[in-house]
Amino acid sequence: MAERAGLAGRLYGPLGEVAGDAGYAQPPPRAGFFTDTSVCIGCKACEVACKEWNLLPEDGISLLGSSYDNTGALGASTWRHVKFIEQPAASPRPRGEAAGGQAGDGGLRWLMASDVCKHCTHAACLDVCPTGALIRTEYGTVIVQDDVCNGCGYCVPACPYGVIEKRAGDGRAFKCTMCYDRIGAGLMPACATACPTESIQYGPLDELRERAASRLTQLRSQGETAARLYGERPDDGVGGAGAFFLLLDRPEVYGLPPDPVVTTRDLPRMWGYAAAAAVTVLACVLGSFTGRRR
Amino acid sequence: MSPPARAPEQPAGTVSYYGRPVLKEPAWKTPDVPLYLFLGGLSGASSVLAAAADLTGRPRLARVGRVTAAAGVLGSLAALIHDLGRPARFLNMLRVFKPTSPLSMGSWTIASYGPLAGAAAASDLSGALTAAGRAAGIGAAALGPAMATYTAVLIADTAIPAWHDAHPELPFAFGGSAMASAAGVALAAAPLAETAPAARIALAGAGMEIAATEIMTRRLGLVAEPYARGRAGKLMLAARALTAAGMAGAALGRRSRIASAAAGACLVAGSAVLRFAVFDAGVQSARDPRYTIVPQRERLGRRAARAANTMPAPPPAPEG
Repeated sequence: MAERAGLAGRLYGPLGEVAGDAGYAQPPPRAGFFTDTSVCIGCKACEVACKEWNLLPEDGISLLGSSYDNTGALGASTWRHVKFIEQPAASPRPRGEAAGGQAGDGGLRWLMASDVCKHCTHAACLDVCPTGALIRTEYGTVIVQDDVCNGCGYCVPACPYGVIEKRAGDGRAFKCTMCYDRIGAGLMPACATACPTESIQYGPLDELRERAASRLTQLRSQGETAARLYGERPDDGVGGAGAFFLLLDRPEVYGLPPDPVVTTRDLPRMWGYAAAAAVTVLACVLGSFTGRRR
Repeated sequence: MSPPARAPEQPAGTVSYYGRPVLKEPAWKTPDVPLYLFLGGLSGASSVLAAAADLTGRPRLARVGRVTAAAGVLGSLAALIHDLGRPARFLNMLRVFKPTSPLSMGSWTIASYGPLAGAAAASDLSGALTAAGRAAGIGAAALGPAMATYTAVLIADTAIPAWHDAHPELPFAFGGSAMASAAGVALAAAPLAETAPAARIALAGAGMEIAATEIMTRRLGLVAEPYARGRAGKLMLAARALTAAGMAGAALGRRSRIASAAAGACLVAGSAVLRFAVFDAGVQSARDPRYTIVPQRERLGRRAARAANTMPAPPPAPEG
């Protein structure tokens, strides 16, 4: 299963042993989140538990006018974010009433989903970090070492999901750690522990993928034909996500990119173009001195 | 898997979750980072110019190039450090050597290039250790082209559509722009008797910058929009006009002190404005989720079409 086609496998594509590839000798199984949004009830217990456990500062209290979502987005101090999507129940797409999703009053369908850092197999934030502050843990997750981060902010635009962010007033970048301090002690992450419906499931990634596949089959057979998994495929643009989702609509409806690709996939080519440009600069400047004296 | 064929599921005009961005916009500050990009390029190209001037017996042109190179790299470094959330931790970037991080590679490039450029300038101005100073200048010139182009990789190696998708052309745009700015300073500051090569560099650099940005914006399709709209659009036009004016001045007015100075100023300004324009276009492309979602959707559509062509019976799995 471990496919390591040289440099290509290191930057892009399926990678069997994520922690092993990062240099851990005998790593534990890769840990992951499976967020089954079809059973999310939008209680935000995950958001609260995350804030409490990780001592995250308050980052804005306001009414956003977007259903029950007054959090807005994942960020430096929001590592779980529950999204609320209101859709007309009379969808133009032929569909029976949702098995998941909530049929609300007034012909609305309500989708709720708890978003989180994807802990990518090929994590752009980690790849571009110039200090080594972002590292792969033995569980295959990605964390920021806050005593190393110098706040360069490179990880922020590198993330294809818009997850990691610099904290205002602090200057360093922060994101979900998958509760590195808890899982190391045999506990579940705070969000998964608090989730009352098992919408957030934590465990070995392989196991979660199997569980997700059977849940998907079940939902499809119940007529929820638009149900799909997001981020579970090791051959996707980030080599598969450590935190993947079961969605009831297209990813962009949830504010997720439909086909994210780790930017570092193209890095060798970028250096190639830059080298060609550098040689051109050198040739142009030197060539400019070979003409007539004046 | 066949998105274009399906009915839109959201109210018209919303492409994302409440129209919110998918990406985080760069946390980098203006003018710090655009200046960092510009000054690094100016410095790198000036080092090459200085070394070539030195080797071809143009000492005053060489001095202008060396001083510009040293001042440029200092300014670039200062802008970079000022932009850090924790400036005191700048040296943390030198605790690892990380080829997957263009900023790591850039920091090492600056760390090796900076002292060489500084030594070359110090030796030239003080007259001390001239042989070592000239050798340092050659060393700086060897790294100069990398200084002029790595910043393009730095911003392209992100998820920002207007930067990432422009990765083939950006190094040429930045490299050309770097040449134009270095030649601009030389035209303005060096004696006319020695600036003939600088005028030629100005033409080559400005031409390369204009050609690369033109090819880039024509190729990018939807993602070219941020380069044409709003503040970035105005800045792109200004950069183009300044660079073209500087090009004309360098070609026609090289024998006039005043025309040379004006052309040089235009070239330097055009080069600086280009970095601000590209920076702004990137920020705009992150802010509007269309630039993230639409190209990805199209890519999925093309992939699905290819799969449908190779496989006889596509399963109706709504994927993606």
